[in-house]
Amino acid sequence: METFKLSVVTPERVFFEGEAEMVEFNTTEGEIGIYKNHVPMTVIISPGVLYMQLPEGEKKAALHAGFVEILQDSVTILAELIEWPDEIDEQRAESAGQRARERIAARGDDLDMDRAEAALKRAIARINSLK
Amino acid sequence: MASMRDIKRRKSSVESTQQITKAMKLVSTVKLQRAKARAEQSRFYFRAVYETVTSILAKAGEVDHPYLKGGGDGKKAIVLITSNKGLAGGYNSNVIKLITRNDEFNKDNTTIYAIGKKGKDAFLREGYPIFKDFSEAIEEPVYKDGMIVTEELLKAFEKGEISEIYLAYTYFKNTVSHVPTLLKLLPVDMDAVDQDIDGDGIPDEKPAPTAPMNFEPEDEEALKLIIPKYISSLIYGALISAQAAENGARMQAMDNATNNAAEMIDHLSLLYNRARQGKITTELTEIIAGADAIS
Repeated sequence: METFKLSVVTPERVFFEGEAEMVEFNTTEGEIGIYKNHVPMTVIISPGVLYMQLPEGEKKAALHAGFVEILQDSVTILAELIEWPDEIDEQRAESAGQRARERIAARGDDLDMDRAEAALKRAIARINSLK
Repeated sequence: MASMRDIKRRKSSVESTQQITKAMKLVSTVKLQRAKARAEQSRFYFRAVYETVTSILAKAGEVDHPYLKGGGDGKKAIVLITSNKGLAGGYNSNVIKLITRNDEFNKDNTTIYAIGKKGKDAFLREGYPIFKDFSEAIEEPVYKDGMIVTEELLKAFEKGEISEIYLAYTYFKNTVSHVPTLLKLLPVDMDAVDQDIDGDGIPDEKPAPTAPMNFEPEDEEALKLIIPKYISSLIYGALISAQAAENGARMQAMDNATNNAAEMIDHLSLLYNRARQGKITTELTEIIAGADAIS
């Protein structure tokens, strides 16, 4: 299968760099999957699982925020926050998700709702990336 | 002439000070290396963010968004990055002077977002309102710090409390050259975007438009989401740069102090030896005079 150059960078480190066959992640407009020769596009990330299909196998990560520059033969993910599954504390994610659900159920003011929703999305992304 | 004992005491005090400055120099050398390595690692990210933002701005030049056009008569906000500790030569005062000597800013139209205790204290003395103090961020800057500050800034910007945002920090050009820098963050100045963000000393070229880029969501929406990320990354970049500059400045200051101490010790040793010789001469004279008197 044809591959393209995938780099995932954060402000603090180069998270991943290499050839990939396909990547899949959530954007503000919905989930997208990218193969080689995609139309050039810049999209904004919304929290979810980053799924990478590499020639040597598949990899997952929890991707929380940032944006992605898609070119025909390369994809650059500028992640503000991203974690490998082994960097995630499952119990912490579970309890954070629980807390966020309670807060949503209790209904605070608007700002609180936004925050609680964002926290819940992050928790779900973390938990899903472990599966 | 000071007594031998006084000189000896003074000399040992200078010696212990020298030990401290030498140790501080070593510590800041190590910290400088670490900060430099960190700046190196994040360069790629900034480069990519910068390219994306310029390409959006080039496309969306006509978008009428407050982030681009400004307006409003709120205050000017300055994100001021200094250090929490002193003993770094002119490091802090140079950044502070950059603002106090600028006629555009006075204590009635400016509010300070302080990162670093030294800057905060200086502007408190001047009577400027300090909006918030993020001083712990400078110790170990992480990207989250940039995000937190940006969130506060944009909240105030959208409420109309502030209408212009500046960033004052020390740009770490290389180990010996640190440049106090004032940067306008918002409204985004299209011409000012044309600058040197990767720190190689050459103004960056605008990326050549390789292929027509699409944005999803649409340009305007994308801009609203990307500009905060752009600002966070600039603030984080400034934090790292300032941290490197702080340690560089401290290293130099402590190196000078160590050299000065060495000079003082030499001088005091000379005085001490002279005093010792003087004392021996006096004693000899006394003994000889005594012997003469007896015989």
